[in-house]
Amino acid sequence: MQVTQWSEALSSWLMGLGLPGWAAIFLVYAVGSFILINYGMLSVLLLIWITRKAISRIQDRIGPNRVGKYGLLQTVADAAKLLSKEDITPYEADKIAYNLSPVLSVFGVLMLLAVIPFAPGLTGVDLNVAALYIVALGSIGIMAALMAGWGSNNKYALLAGFRVVAQLLSYEIPLVLAILTVVLLTGSMRFGQIVEMQSLHLGGFNLGLGWLGIVMPGALIVFFVSSLAEAELTPFDLLEAESELIAGFHIEYSGMKFAMFFLAQFLNAWILAAVAVTLFLGGWQGPGVGLPVIGPLLGLGYFMIKVYGIYVLQQWIRGTFPRIRIDQMMYFAWKVLVPLMIGLIVAQAIIQKLPTPVAVQYVLIFIANVGVMAVVAYVLQKYFREEQMRTKRSFEPTSLIGSMQVSEKGTMY
Amino acid sequence: MLSQYFFILVMSGLAVVLPLSAIVMGHFLGPRRPDEIKNDIYESGVETIGETWVQFRAQYYLIGLVFVVFDVEALFLFPIAVAYQQLEMFAVLATIFFVLLLVIGLMYDWRKGALEWQ
Repeated sequence: MQVTQWSEALSSWLMGLGLPGWAAIFLVYAVGSFILINYGMLSVLLLIWITRKAISRIQDRIGPNRVGKYGLLQTVADAAKLLSKEDITPYEADKIAYNLSPVLSVFGVLMLLAVIPFAPGLTGVDLNVAALYIVALGSIGIMAALMAGWGSNNKYALLAGFRVVAQLLSYEIPLVLAILTVVLLTGSMRFGQIVEMQSLHLGGFNLGLGWLGIVMPGALIVFFVSSLAEAELTPFDLLEAESELIAGFHIEYSGMKFAMFFLAQFLNAWILAAVAVTLFLGGWQGPGVGLPVIGPLLGLGYFMIKVYGIYVLQQWIRGTFPRIRIDQMMYFAWKVLVPLMIGLIVAQAIIQKLPTPVAVQYVLIFIANVGVMAVVAYVLQKYFREEQMRTKRSFEPTSLIGSMQVSEKGTMY
Repeated sequence: MLSQYFFILVMSGLAVVLPLSAIVMGHFLGPRRPDEIKNDIYESGVETIGETWVQFRAQYYLIGLVFVVFDVEALFLFPIAVAYQQLEMFAVLATIFFVLLLVIGLMYDWRKGALEWQ
């Protein structure tokens, strides 16, 4: 299926009106990226509202319900309040790093929007190296966090900045390897092509249910867990653990600069959900996207439903899970996820070269993925049982009595 | 082809300008009453002791080094993955050998305790 990009259609229309080619392209690109960036920045208002509503429902509260219908305008009011706050710069801050990092943090997240395919033909730009682009641009946020921690001249902020680097670097590897499994199967890094390959034609009608997540559920789950860590959501929110680090690396920021970090964090969670949907859950694919007129609209609807569904799932996890320790975080990334993903990639590389029909290869890849999930479940179950035994032993009254007897013996002798 | 990257260029310009304009707007809209206490470093109300920019534990750098190794590995694997369907048996074996080499590296890091949080 050949889909024309919105930019080509618009620029050829403008050239038809008599504009020179370069001016038409520049105008179309400027308008397109302006809409995309504004969509990104304004959708955060909705994302924060969803988060607050979801978490308050989990905690048996109502949540924001005063400003506007269902409290929908609460976040708008919050943004206006942040706009009128004083912009404080600590005395001994490193001015360049301190002022640059909020912009850089938002920049790294907004640029990811450029390659997300929203609907057939509705991508900012359908790069042929989109997967690599996501990986490369995703690292800018790490640098921004470290710059913020370093620039604030605050010990807690610097500590949190280092922790951000440690966590995000650790989970970047399983994330990248999970993307790699998709690229290995589809043979393309172009997101548009990856999405198109997830269609399922049945008698000429596009059912749109050939999602890669069905073939490789293990890679999907590893991607989802690492994206939770990349977006600094619970159970991996030890970077801004209120009880330990006051507020994480952005403690010294106020007003709009703080709002920028906040925006980047929420938008990052949404974009990682969008990438997960694009790679594993069919993107805009769904029943009836091949239809001539309503197809693209249906596609946009399917994409948004899937992405916001994943986003709500992230917030659900955020509302239910406890926080993990930093050594557990490192253990899980390097000793569970990375070896398993390397094993999965080697297994998939061998399976794809087997002289069998494609359907058999898919079944074998599915079995390998189930194996990965089983190993992760086994390791976690074993770890938690050991941890439970340890805590139980240290809190049991009999062990207390035993220690008291020992100390009495010690005093007797 | 090149015009695609022109879109990235235009968008990166806007992605810097729009957040920056929001920050500048906040800077002018908000009040400005700096004072000694407010602009001090906030460390839970306790006055800060000594320098912040001191030496830090080597653990963070170890993680950084291990990350670089694996990120470069992934970078090499991406082009291989794209061309994988056309690869011949020798190239496939070379790829698997390359990955196994890095597994040995991971095992070495593991044994040396570089992945441990101490």
